[in-house]
Amino acid sequence: MIVADRKKVPEIRDMIAKHNKVLLVGCGTCVTVCLSGGEREVGILGSALRMALRLGGRPDVTVDECTIERQCEDAFIDILAQRVAGYDAIVSFGCGAGVQALAERFPETPVYPGLNTQFIGILESQGVWTEKCSGCGNCRLGEYAGICPITRCAKKLFNGPCAGSRGGKCEVNPELECAWQLIYDRCKALGILDKLDAIAEPQDWSTGLDGGPRKVVREDQCIAGLGPKA
Amino acid sequence: MSTKHANPQSEQPLILAFCCHYCAYAAADLAGSMRLQYPDNVRVLRLPCTGRVEINYIMAAFERGADGVIVAGCLEGGCHFQEGNLRARRRVERAKVLLGEAGLEPERLEMYNLSSAEGGRFAEIVTGMSERVTRLGPSPIKPDPEQVKSGMKKMDQEAQAQLAAAPSGCCS
Repeated sequence: MIVADRKKVPEIRDMIAKHNKVLLVGCGTCVTVCLSGGEREVGILGSALRMALRLGGRPDVTVDECTIERQCEDAFIDILAQRVAGYDAIVSFGCGAGVQALAERFPETPVYPGLNTQFIGILESQGVWTEKCSGCGNCRLGEYAGICPITRCAKKLFNGPCAGSRGGKCEVNPELECAWQLIYDRCKALGILDKLDAIAEPQDWSTGLDGGPRKVVREDQCIAGLGPKA
Repeated sequence: MSTKHANPQSEQPLILAFCCHYCAYAAADLAGSMRLQYPDNVRVLRLPCTGRVEINYIMAAFERGADGVIVAGCLEGGCHFQEGNLRARRRVERAKVLLGEAGLEPERLEMYNLSSAEGGRFAEIVTGMSERVTRLGPSPIKPDPEQVKSGMKKMDQEAQAQLAAAPSGCCS
């Protein structure tokens, strides 16, 4: 899932300094699961924001909240359309994709981010999320026993480990597990240590973000005659 | 009636106490049985466990006119639901951070642990919190009483409308 973290209340308050009627929009998908932008969190931030505005001498600003199932799909955003017309601005509590989807759908309404989108990750333990995927567009997890050296090795080594692996920890951060130790241990447990004998080829980074925003097109799913949405 | 406080009988601050059924609520009961005196400006709200307290309950309490909020749960290690009071403490800490960011004094919110046998301690907690909040003064975000009344009326109307719109037979 996409993991995000809330922005501080004063930052959001300052972003909406010029608006008098603001709608906080939560998202019921990833950010609900990572407890940053779902219905409950938006309610909490809404309360805090109203308090901040009242204490900051702007008690007349209206701050309302609503949460839709998914901010990254037009079909769900449509539910908001009528409501948004009555507001000066939107603060999106979705990930960066959600913020931009709302901005595209409502070109005349300023949209601000309420969250800092962090990474694609998993719930490690209750209240702790960790990054697991960099979205490089060319997955090589099969070569590394299911542990991603791009995301989890601080040096992104394809032929590791480096000399900074000490007792299973990374020299960059002693609390960080060495991805290459994990890869080695898992290969050993699976009886595929010989996989590590080969020198790994350099990554094809042309599928990465460096060439600008990427696009996935499923021609069979596109509406005939319209082609993929630009 | 026009008054600065939502508690019109006095100029005392209004304090909401989220009390666990198994300890603080029983302690409050005991304080009464023991004829102990404590400020009458506390409104006790009984919960099955302080683990039921969500941060939005605390925020809503302040938004709707509480000058101070107490969360009173069992002694650590003594929770009827094992760790509800520990979770409540962490939520109270997070709520304090949010209140601070919003500009409201975090000291208006406090978590206490006590047992059901501590009627005297309940009275002490309420007295101490009342004194603390009196020192801080009325909550600067306290809404106008008329606004509270109209807000409650609106909520009631919305609830009635939802009940009317619900398909018959779905609730009993």
